[in-house]
Amino acid sequence: MNEQNMKSNPKQSNGKYAIESRQLNVYYGSFKAIEDVNLPIERQKITAIIGPSGCGKSTMLRSFNRMNELVPTAHAEGEVIFQGINIYEEDIDPVEVRRRIGMVFQKPNPFPKSIYENVAWGARMNGYRGNMNELVEQSLKYAALWEEVYDKLDQSGLSLSGGQQQRLCIARTIAVRPEIILMDEPASALDPIATLKIEELMRDLSEKYTIIVVTHNMQQAARVSDFTAFFSMTPDRTGVLVEYGATNQIFTNPKDRRTEDYITGRFG
Amino acid sequence: MSTIHPRETLDRQINQLFDEVLVMGSMVEEAVIESVESLKRRDIEAARQIYYGDQQINEKRYEIENKCLTTIATQQPMATDLRIMAAILEIITELERIGDYAKGIARINMLMSDEPLVKPLIDIPRMAELGLDMLKRALDAFVNQDAEAARSIPQEDDIVDGLYNQVYLELLTYMMADPGTIDRSNYLIWVAHNLERMSDRVTNICERIVFVATGEILELDVSDDEMSDKFHEKITE
Repeated sequence: MNEQNMKSNPKQSNGKYAIESRQLNVYYGSFKAIEDVNLPIERQKITAIIGPSGCGKSTMLRSFNRMNELVPTAHAEGEVIFQGINIYEEDIDPVEVRRRIGMVFQKPNPFPKSIYENVAWGARMNGYRGNMNELVEQSLKYAALWEEVYDKLDQSGLSLSGGQQQRLCIARTIAVRPEIILMDEPASALDPIATLKIEELMRDLSEKYTIIVVTHNMQQAARVSDFTAFFSMTPDRTGVLVEYGATNQIFTNPKDRRTEDYITGRFG
Repeated sequence: MSTIHPRETLDRQINQLFDEVLVMGSMVEEAVIESVESLKRRDIEAARQIYYGDQQINEKRYEIENKCLTTIATQQPMATDLRIMAAILEIITELERIGDYAKGIARINMLMSDEPLVKPLIDIPRMAELGLDMLKRALDAFVNQDAEAARSIPQEDDIVDGLYNQVYLELLTYMMADPGTIDRSNYLIWVAHNLERMSDRVTNICERIVFVATGEILELDVSDDEMSDKFHEKITE
């Protein structure tokens, strides 16, 4: 139930993959939201999850850090292997999972606190004992926000623009030293310039972190990701992984007719 | 629930681009036929028209290129649609070059002024006929995204190459027998060379058609340059 039991298990280590779902099924009550998903995510790369509305993209993303469990009726079958351990094992603490696998949401959601506190809070809650000022500065720099806020750290996070708020949320996520960052439509509420900044930031962050991003914007997936997973759904609305490959292959020469129809706008 | 969407704007623009490529193909075809026919007739006025008319082919190329870029910018085509755009940009370049070969033949006709042909044209019109037939079928294959046809058409390039070698050797004998014919023989060698290159360009077009249909870029005629080099080595030994 603590960090100890999240230590890696070399016997099951997933090698070049940062995280990997195996035969994963997620249910909301009796409704099966995704079925038998095998999705290995490459380390320090950006993987985009795309697909029509309701195909289980966000469910898939949230299953990577057990965020689905916040929905009372949700449960998962199968495995998600991280550091050689199935994060769905009974003795694994989901809070620790979520610290190591952070998440950035569609709508920027800073706390109604100062910019400084927004970044420091998570680290403090996790018992961070280092130099907090340094951590805040470094996290804001990684999130490409430092230059814009260094002289107003005591102002409310809510005083920032939408794009800045989203970068603040990214800084907050980085501050707890995750290994993987999950992003659920991180730029869909932002204007094109702020979107571009987030995309550039994702590129920079991928040098240190593994990023998995859900996006409705196919051009964004094409621009920003290294790998793309296309989800679709069966007639009973269960989400399935149709095709997964290098982004340039998916967008120029998809192998599956369903992928082709979706990305060319014929279906979705 | 997912639904099928009509994509009227993108589909309309793609169909218009196909039509434009076919129009450009016809312009090029006409220029090649006329360049050889006017050479046969030694009609310098017709040659001059082809020479200056090449500008229209170039303009057509830029017009199609602009339409392609507009479609890419406004419709953001993906997958097969994107490959069609990339292929059109390549194909119109190849067509423009074929137009340049016709212009080159017309220029030779003009340079020859009132000198008679060193020999009657038999194999040269045949080369033009074969090359243009390949071109026509290649453009049909493009519109129909017919990879099988596109793979088979370049095999006929060997026949055109064979005719070129025949013309070359024949004219070489003329030159050796009578050095006074060197200039006029050389002119015809250049005409044949232009037509030989035309069928190579058709092969390039076929490669793009295979790319549109399969996503793979294949070299459909790797032997051509090697064969040509060996041939030249052989005759200069």
